[in-house]
Amino acid sequence: MSRPYLHPGLPAPAPSDLDRPYWDGLRNDKLLLQRCRRCARFQWGPEWICHRCLNFDLSFDEVEPLGTIFSHQRVWHPVHPALKKQGAYVIVLVELTHADNVRVVGNLLGDPAQPLRIGAEVEGVFEHHHDGEPAYSLLQWRYV
Amino acid sequence: MTLRSRTAVVGVGETAYYKRGQAPDAEFKLALEAIVSACADAGIHPRDIDGFASFSNDRNDPSQLAAALGCRELRFANMQWGGGGGGGSAAIGNAAAAIMSGMAECVVVFRALAQGQYGRFGQGAQAPTVSGNLAHTVPYGLLSPAHMFAMKYRRFMYEFGVEQSALRAIALACYEHAQANPRAVMHGRPLDAATYDESRWIVEPWHLYDCCLENDGAAAMILVAGERARDFPHLPCYVLSAVAGSQFRAGAPVHNTPDYATSNFKTLVPRLYQMARLGPADIDVLQSYENFTGGVLMSIVEHGLCKAGEVNEFFVPDNLTAPDGQLPLNTSGGNLAECYMHGLGLNIEAVRQIRRTSTAQVANAEVSMVISGPMVTPVSSCIFGSEATL
Repeated sequence: MSRPYLHPGLPAPAPSDLDRPYWDGLRNDKLLLQRCRRCARFQWGPEWICHRCLNFDLSFDEVEPLGTIFSHQRVWHPVHPALKKQGAYVIVLVELTHADNVRVVGNLLGDPAQPLRIGAEVEGVFEHHHDGEPAYSLLQWRYV
Repeated sequence: MTLRSRTAVVGVGETAYYKRGQAPDAEFKLALEAIVSACADAGIHPRDIDGFASFSNDRNDPSQLAAALGCRELRFANMQWGGGGGGGSAAIGNAAAAIMSGMAECVVVFRALAQGQYGRFGQGAQAPTVSGNLAHTVPYGLLSPAHMFAMKYRRFMYEFGVEQSALRAIALACYEHAQANPRAVMHGRPLDAATYDESRWIVEPWHLYDCCLENDGAAAMILVAGERARDFPHLPCYVLSAVAGSQFRAGAPVHNTPDYATSNFKTLVPRLYQMARLGPADIDVLQSYENFTGGVLMSIVEHGLCKAGEVNEFFVPDNLTAPDGQLPLNTSGGNLAECYMHGLGLNIEAVRQIRRTSTAQVANAEVSMVISGPMVTPVSSCIFGSEATL
């Protein structure tokens, strides 16, 4: 995509030992989420242990980036210098359709004034920050 | 055996409350001033304090406070984990537990904040990178406490059809009470419905007036064993109950807690009332922590004071204002209009109601409840009672 949703200058994600496969996946247009190798259930955000069966052996498996808006917020007041000239922007909490209903946070692409609808179907859009320091990718959302 | 009536608050103290960054004194000095003031109120010498309890990673170390105050002996130095104001009532419970168990005899609960001296709340991460759970929210502009909680309340609004007027009623009640309270930062600055409606959004569904102040100052309260309460200058104010915690996986990372649209009190409330041997109908006056008005609304529902399906009818200013409202709320002005001392000011106001010294006094207030820090984890609540409740 041509231009990131938010103005540049917000902190960039720095992968950790716990979530590196996720960030590597986004770089390659794949959504990889943490999954227990024993009980085969997804969990998110990443944890050191499967909170269901207490297994430490966890993988990152690909998930189709489809979901519904579980909740949302339209932010107006800038709390970071990078956002001073941003104007309103929309954050959505998306419940994924194919990953045991785990939720991920992202932005809803499009006019920030557009109606926000809990329950609406959305699809993921990979947003690459090739010139990030380090380079990274985010997962954004748009109405289906 | 529970905490019920085993301890009492016998002294309260506060510094003057300042706008954020405008305190003339260092944070440690503010803490000392509030503690000395609470001791004077109780008619004791600070040397008699043998325990300290605080919350939210207060920076003022009990050993240093005890040294500065000349305390004869330090027996209890306690910090309730968790951020925001979720630990306010928990710290009182911890102090009470220490006293009733014989670990200490005279415990001060305190909180001091000087944001000029230290960093400011409500500002996003300024570092070039973020890692861990923050990496999954901050790059999307989810930065401040308002952002962290707005989607919980939005979901609650959606599930129960809550209208904006319910939040407005909370803000109006707080500001009305602040007009009677000369200590309040917003004393002399009344708020009306039109001003609320026209105020800018911070983050939808929260206007400017739905968000707490940021202040400098300090607050403290002195607890001793309940059987000593009559030996002090003021009307006794007993701790009837104090509980803390949160539900299953409230701390699940990146907004994945199973029960999302909650202020996190559902599992605490049965324990709170059971310990107090009281129910929602017995609550005469309520102080409920406003980080954001949406948290107040959800916490009031979760404490059984209003049904979720009836919030639009219940949350009107007349119901929430002293002296005649059905549920007088935040009678000092609260975090919205008196001062944001991470909510300890709310606990002090709850004591004033039992002492009959509030500037928005509820007639015959015998049972006075405090809800601390909705939507964070752990949260806490406590109930104070007059002698008539024993």
